[in-house]
Amino acid sequence: MATLPAEFADLEPFADWCLEFERERYAKRLSSSMEEMQAFYDAAFPRLEAAMAYIDRSPLDALPDDARHLLWLCYSLVNVSFPVEVWRQPYVPDSGAASMDVVVEPAV
Amino acid sequence: MPHFPKPAEGSWTEHYPYLGTGPVTYEDSISPEHYEVERKAIFGRTWLNVGRVEQLPRVGSYFTKEIDAANTSVVVVRSADQQVRAFYNMCRHRGNKLVWQDYPGEETNGTCRQFTCKYHGWRYNLEGDLTFIQQEPEFFDVDKADYGLVPVRVETWEGFIFVNLDAHDTTPLRDYLGELARGLEGYPFDQMTQVFKYRAVVGANWKLFIDAFTEFYHAPVLHARQAVSAESQKLSQFGYEALSYQIAGPHGMVSSWGGMSPPKDLDMVKPIERVLHSGLFGPWDRPIEIELPPSLNPARSPVWGVDSFLFFPNFMLLVWAPNWYLTYNYWPTSYNTHIFEGTLYFVPPKTARERLSQEIAAVTFKEYALQDGNTLEATQTMLESRAVTQFPLGDQEILLRLLHHTAREYVADYQRQQSGTSERVGATS
Repeated sequence: MATLPAEFADLEPFADWCLEFERERYAKRLSSSMEEMQAFYDAAFPRLEAAMAYIDRSPLDALPDDARHLLWLCYSLVNVSFPVEVWRQPYVPDSGAASMDVVVEPAV
Repeated sequence: MPHFPKPAEGSWTEHYPYLGTGPVTYEDSISPEHYEVERKAIFGRTWLNVGRVEQLPRVGSYFTKEIDAANTSVVVVRSADQQVRAFYNMCRHRGNKLVWQDYPGEETNGTCRQFTCKYHGWRYNLEGDLTFIQQEPEFFDVDKADYGLVPVRVETWEGFIFVNLDAHDTTPLRDYLGELARGLEGYPFDQMTQVFKYRAVVGANWKLFIDAFTEFYHAPVLHARQAVSAESQKLSQFGYEALSYQIAGPHGMVSSWGGMSPPKDLDMVKPIERVLHSGLFGPWDRPIEIELPPSLNPARSPVWGVDSFLFFPNFMLLVWAPNWYLTYNYWPTSYNTHIFEGTLYFVPPKTARERLSQEIAAVTFKEYALQDGNTLEATQTMLESRAVTQFPLGDQEILLRLLHHTAREYVADYQRQQSGTSERVGATS
């Protein structure tokens, strides 16, 4: 499993959200309960500013592994912000069977 | 009283009288027979955007594009002379699809030195010339010079690659795209190379989905729950009015105010948006300064947020005030299904905040598009019931009138030409 920087050890219980690809993050969101996502959000959201500051110690195109994992975790935080802050459910309301796949995403 | 001035005629729609103001029919979106004509009359005869030059960074870079509506596949490649070229994706020997991986129906991309057919190993260089025939002496009087790949007309405008499957149409791309496009020239599309691309199969006619993206009248209602409640109430109270609409030939645009970019009241956006300085309208902090070309913000409004251009038939370009852009491509696969592609383009980020501000814009785009997609499947189903066949359109829905009017005109023109041709054939036989 991904390892986070030492000063983000408090987020280590949520390291399974360190996912490189949107497809993985979105799938984990849909298969998680609201309680799980709320716990992740409550732990990670207050650390977002600190996380960005840590990641910015290296250029984005040359991140060490731990900073890269932290960035992936921030991507997941962005993804779960919709269920947690707005929808109160994992799925987009009124989206039914509609699906949308990422076919190109940035390398970092 | 409108919040933003309208033309002297009293409405945008009446400013373009040929569009009419009466109820419309969507028979053009629910008839399999009509779609069969559209395939030839529209998708076989117009300039179709298939990608951008950044997808072809080097000599030998290529991608394929499936154009089901025109019953074909093309391969687009950067040839040895640095030209962007396009060919029908078909081997001249036995007609096999030339470039594909694993699944013949799926698009692919990569870099190669030449194209080699999987079937019998015939080879073509990047200029499309046939260079190698397996066991050539076994063939009878076959001159390789006569069996190159069949070229497809391809031109680029501002880095956007278009193909035209009509070998007889000689209208250059730039002329076809017209004055709205000319007024966009010089915008730094080439600096926005950080790409997020989404793809969805949508159970609705291609025009009906374009309809959903050329009016914002629906936004305060359909997407009400996406905004936090104070913003949602504010939006539904005011409804939606555009700053301006412009129509030039078959193409049109809507210019819109910017909502939350940046928001006047931070309580009105999601908590994470306050931290990341970004949301549906994109990052609030502008990565570069741009002098707007004349087609953008035509009303020169201080509250301008986004301009949405529809280039007929199936290409939309949205340029946002905070200096990023979006494209939509709609590829019909039947009268009531199509493939939707939405692509976001940003200036490459330098900091984690910039990167995450792009991430939330991309995620938010997907959340909205999922709602739009499902809603349009519901529309398609009910329209097909034909329980109601006449529908009113408001002034904020003028671009729907334009799209359906233009599509029907192309079909009618094609049918007139076909009947003229068959009459001539009949006269000479």
